[in-house]
Amino acid sequence: MADVTQSPVMPGHGGETRRDFLILTGAALGGVGAAIAAWPLIDSLNPARDTLALSTTEVDLSPVQAGQRLTVVWRGKPVFIDHRTPEEIKAAQEVDASTLRDPQKDADRVKKPEWLVMVGVCTHLGCIPLGNKPGDDRGSFGGWFCPCHGSVYDTSGRIRQGPAPFNLVVPPYEFTSDTAIKIG
Amino acid sequence: MAVPSHPAPSAGPRNRILRWIDYRLPFWEVVQHDFMEYPAPRNLNYWWNFGSLAGIILVIMIATGVVLAMHYQPNADLAFDSVERIMRDVNYGWLLRYIHANGASMFFLIVYIHLFRGLYYGSYKYPRELLWMLGVVILLLMMATAFMGYVLPWGQMSYWAATVITNLFSAIPVVGNDIVTLLWGGFTVGNPTLNRFFSLHYLLPFVIVAVVLLHLLALHQHGSNNPLGIDKRGPQDAITFHPYYTIKDMFGLCVFLLVFAIFVFYLPNQLGHPDNYIPANPMVTPNHIVPEWYFLPYYAILRSVPNKLLGVILMFGAVLILFLLPWLDTSRVRSARYRPIYRLVSWLLPIDAVILGYVGSQPPAGYIVTMGQLATIYYFFHFLILLPILGKIERPLPLPLSIAEAVLGPRRPAAAGEGE
Amino acid sequence: MRKPVLALVAALALLLGSGGQVRAQEEAKQQEAKHPPHQKWSFEGVFGTYDRAALQRGFQVYSGVCAACHAVKHLYFRDLAELGYSEEAVKGMASQVQVTDGPNEQGEMFQRPGRPSDPMPRPFANDQAARAANNGALPPDLSLITKAREGGSDYIYALLTGFKDAPQGFKINPNMYYNEYFSGHQIAMPPPLNADQVKYADGAPSTVPQMANDVVTFLSWAAEPNLEQRHRIGFKVILFLLIATGVFYAGKRKIWSRIEH
Repeated sequence: MADVTQSPVMPGHGGETRRDFLILTGAALGGVGAAIAAWPLIDSLNPARDTLALSTTEVDLSPVQAGQRLTVVWRGKPVFIDHRTPEEIKAAQEVDASTLRDPQKDADRVKKPEWLVMVGVCTHLGCIPLGNKPGDDRGSFGGWFCPCHGSVYDTSGRIRQGPAPFNLVVPPYEFTSDTAIKIG
Repeated sequence: MAVPSHPAPSAGPRNRILRWIDYRLPFWEVVQHDFMEYPAPRNLNYWWNFGSLAGIILVIMIATGVVLAMHYQPNADLAFDSVERIMRDVNYGWLLRYIHANGASMFFLIVYIHLFRGLYYGSYKYPRELLWMLGVVILLLMMATAFMGYVLPWGQMSYWAATVITNLFSAIPVVGNDIVTLLWGGFTVGNPTLNRFFSLHYLLPFVIVAVVLLHLLALHQHGSNNPLGIDKRGPQDAITFHPYYTIKDMFGLCVFLLVFAIFVFYLPNQLGHPDNYIPANPMVTPNHIVPEWYFLPYYAILRSVPNKLLGVILMFGAVLILFLLPWLDTSRVRSARYRPIYRLVSWLLPIDAVILGYVGSQPPAGYIVTMGQLATIYYFFHFLILLPILGKIERPLPLPLSIAEAVLGPRRPAAAGEGE
Repeated sequence: MRKPVLALVAALALLLGSGGQVRAQEEAKQQEAKHPPHQKWSFEGVFGTYDRAALQRGFQVYSGVCAACHAVKHLYFRDLAELGYSEEAVKGMASQVQVTDGPNEQGEMFQRPGRPSDPMPRPFANDQAARAANNGALPPDLSLITKAREGGSDYIYALLTGFKDAPQGFKINPNMYYNEYFSGHQIAMPPPLNADQVKYADGAPSTVPQMANDVVTFLSWAAEPNLEQRHRIGFKVILFLLIATGVFYAGKRKIWSRIEH
């Protein structure tokens, strides 16, 4: 370059190796430093502690009689809890899973057969299916019916008719006692 | 002629993708020309680190600010609590908040030092007058941004500082009160005020970025000043910005980050005021309303004048007078190194600023008032009387022939490998 | 370079020295409160931590004594896990309180037992109710009190232990109490701590200084729950920066050694 001092070539290799080492170390430190500095900025977007505190919902099942259905809220979404009758359980278990659009055995969707717990959001485009309130249309399989585009779910919450691709999602839950569950 | 130890830089980018981009948008060319190979005086000292530091802290403020804005609620009923939620529940929220709050202080500290460097070495003189004035514009934008930012947590100091400062505009004759009502969006500082301050606080930093780019453009017209205050005479006076000043700036950055880290991690509330941890209460005025430290000198000037309108004029005037500096200072010599009187006298200004700052922090009673008035008088005396006269009567020391000569010693036969 | 630095130092010395003079003037005029003495806190200094036992005792003092009038709205039951309580214990403490929730399907608000995700209960529904119950005075929320007062934790401790009989000739207004450290010396809060007021779960003697120390430790934590994480990360960051400074300084010297400067 015409208008700056040119740096002289350093004699010997010792100088260059040390310089390269320092440059490499410096660059590595800079890179690590930038990554460490970037992490809090990104992690702050993850759910905050108060959001996480609302990430589990505990439900007392004792008031729910056989044949009754209950809707609770979990992480801002409805969860259907169905205290199934023996007829509903039998109907769910007798279906050959391999004939279903989303093959799943009833036994894989429940922990205790008389309690069905599912997220009440249609797997098609997100509407809330009917069937959880008394008097609701339950569709032709006695389960749930989504009025938006006509998806029909059976007594195990599996998709039988209509455009939904998957069965109603079973959230993570566990029985904290015989009559209570913790969802999430 | 020295053989460079790497391929000639002006041959264009080495890689095909960069060449493709450069043909359409001169990205790499600009990086090479204005950053890597950019000729900088070889004799810059550490006072010259503060420009790049200011740029970096601006980036830090914007990054933390944008992320904080994802959690902050700009509503009078929710703001204070949303800041506490950030401090307690948001992952690393406390870190982002403390970086942002202390970063504002660091930004002003850096800029004040950067400004004083300019005063001492005559960096505002021909041909850098516009460069200087753009810098003053940046300072004004920073002050507006910081003022509005401080209101956002909606603490006691937030609310009352907003009340005091917006009330100042009522000093304007005839239209003053209407202007204040317009600023408030109501009959007092309230939710409408907070909302618009949030909007502008988000906007202004990007305006600052634009002015910084203009500032750099103006800088690159004639290049940096240097401690000797004399122009470059030839290639031996300059060195490439990279690697000499890139590595020096990295070192300076680390030193700055150390100071910054001590505040953020161990003294995060040292520079703040406890009253701002009390939610804003329009019915209760704090005992002593004080701004953040970087506004204290201006606050002192405001309070030194018994007349409201004159106080406002002098307070703003204290910053605006900086615009006139290239013409107020009559000295033909740039650098204080060669101005034996100014070399000492120039320090009176920062000392005066510290005195004013102290005055601003105390209740205006007793001898504090007199001290403030004297310090205010000196401030304007320094710019309006001292500098113009000093330039005329001072006898400067003889300037060196060139930067290279001053740095390397008198001319001697070119050593092997020295520049042309 | 030396002369201006000396001038600056002289100016600063003048300022710092005169600070005491200004304070003396003010004190004479406004009966300024005594300066709170410094206490030794487990969480002070670069390596300080919150003493968990003190935090639990302090929470006991808060719940048993202060919570009658003072809210801590920014604390949630789930935060108490930080004090060393188990998840079960926290759930238990939360379920002791009734929380208003709703509206239900009939449109009515109802009461339910508290959960860890609920905030600590407030003694009064709003500021007006608080004032009405306290002769017009508003007991401040304590979530941030150690950061919201000049003197911080030292001041709160001094305040709690600074109640005395008013000196001769000092006129105390009705419903006010004399305190050495409160600005103006008259505070609307009656002395809150009395010896053996609280039976500590861990059996520690509940003297007034002990309770004051514990509750101020608890309140300091309430104001700055992330202090320990902040100090931990700060130590690593500063160590990293010291190394980086060294590396970049060495790099700077190396690179600049190529040319004369």
